[in-house]
Amino acid sequence: MSIDEFAQQLINALSLGSIYAVLALGLAMVYSTLGILNFAYGELITVVGYTMFFASEAGLPFIVMATLGIVVAGAASVAMQAVIFRPLRGASFVTLLFASFALSQVLQGLFRQAISPRSKGIPTPGLFSDFIQIGGVRVGVLALITLAVALTAMTVLLVFMRRSRAGLQMRAAAQDLTTARILGVRTDRVIPLAFLVSGLMAGVGGVLWIARTTSVNPGTGFTPILVAFVAIVLGGLGSIPGAVIGAFAFGALEIMLQAYLPGSVVPFQFAIALVAVAVVLVVRPQGLLGHEVEVKV
Amino acid sequence: MKGSTDARPTLEVSGLTVRYGVVTALAAVDLHVLRGEIVVVLGPNGAGKSTLLRTIAGVHRPAGGVVRLDGQALPAGAPERVTRLGVSMVPEGRRIFGGLTVEENLRLGATPRPATLEVASLAAILGRFPVLAERRRQVAGTLSGGEQQQLAIARALMARPRVILYDEPSLGLAPRIVDHIFELIGELRDEGVTTILVEQNAHRALELGDRGYVLSAGRVIAHGSASELAAMDLSQLYFGDVGAA
Repeated sequence: MSIDEFAQQLINALSLGSIYAVLALGLAMVYSTLGILNFAYGELITVVGYTMFFASEAGLPFIVMATLGIVVAGAASVAMQAVIFRPLRGASFVTLLFASFALSQVLQGLFRQAISPRSKGIPTPGLFSDFIQIGGVRVGVLALITLAVALTAMTVLLVFMRRSRAGLQMRAAAQDLTTARILGVRTDRVIPLAFLVSGLMAGVGGVLWIARTTSVNPGTGFTPILVAFVAIVLGGLGSIPGAVIGAFAFGALEIMLQAYLPGSVVPFQFAIALVAVAVVLVVRPQGLLGHEVEVKV
Repeated sequence: MKGSTDARPTLEVSGLTVRYGVVTALAAVDLHVLRGEIVVVLGPNGAGKSTLLRTIAGVHRPAGGVVRLDGQALPAGAPERVTRLGVSMVPEGRRIFGGLTVEENLRLGATPRPATLEVASLAAILGRFPVLAERRRQVAGTLSGGEQQQLAIARALMARPRVILYDEPSLGLAPRIVDHIFELIGELRDEGVTTILVEQNAHRALELGDRGYVLSAGRVIAHGSASELAAMDLSQLYFGDVGAA
């Protein structure tokens, strides 16, 4: 494989990794603030898909389809917290985990019954399948757009978390909720906000995912939630930068396996990537950036 | 404000009972603090001192009894509302956000107040605590114990509280640093902050305080002026028969 080909694969790897990073950040946001691993997060991506599908049926242009998808995902995430997680406040990690599994199944059932068990195609602009030539490197336009959108979303999130009052409150709540409350941080504001941010990230990641897959079905959310989960575990559960690193690492692994594995093994690409993650976790159980449980005195 | 004649207490705890499951942590505790007073709460480990402060601050929901601020009942189990009413706590173990910077810790303290006042409050506090001003961009987890305690107090002050509850502020600090912290608590009282001080270090606390209460096994077993309590044999009180009297 030439340097040019490698550069091409590298851009693909970064592009896929950036989608994974956005998805992982959304999942990690709720996990780190509230300790909830929300497996129904995957269904937010499905919601993005169906929103875009119906918007396209209504004849709306792609940019409007995408915007609606993001907004609806944000709203759906806030609704999930209000309907499922809020009544279960104070429940154990496992209870919340199973509640999120149940919610995920209910939503998948609803999509099957109310819409269709079959895939619906989602039209994307022709531009997305174009390539541009940079020197000897042929780069997909979609890969570049994906990378730009994902990096923008991550930057906006970073600035929001670092600079805004609400972002600071969310970070404090993630570290020590009781002390944050003693200082006046309102859980009834911070918790829905964490779900909103999570949903918006699912929205952006979902749009990028759908632009790649160009279809939606009731099980669309499965791969994204799995990948987001793998990324945050690989990066170190609870570490936000870890989630990003884990996502890029997993994206790169997937693309490089696809490029370098012999043809007959390529169908096992995803399985091999997961095994590789398991091996990393055997060596580093706390993940790439995770640390041992911090003891506060 | 020794010998204050202000009859109505700023903070009044009546019949406060707190249970953790079957364990009774506080049993019908009565206590009051007059405006500008420093009231010391003493007692052995597990006497319920922290539970008392945390219940006043709204962290625990009592099984019975009420806490009043200027005659108004404080909300139970809602610390974010208690802070907004002017009661701040400097928690045991300081509870600094180690991953956030000094400045971010302070800004969090201003949460109950309008965002527009944050900058001015921050400037005032940094002026008062030069150590924190020097380290404002530093991650708070890297501060020394004494600096962290100052940060915890400064953070509480950002809310402009009328009442501050200190939970073991001398814990784990060198004597020289403890002097400094106690001096600060005294200064703040002189500026009009009503104070409850929970301490293991009875001798030091009674030097600073106006009055005190002694808790043992969740009950008030003695109370009086600081000088009266200082004259008592506290270890006798804690572990002797007096509690049954």
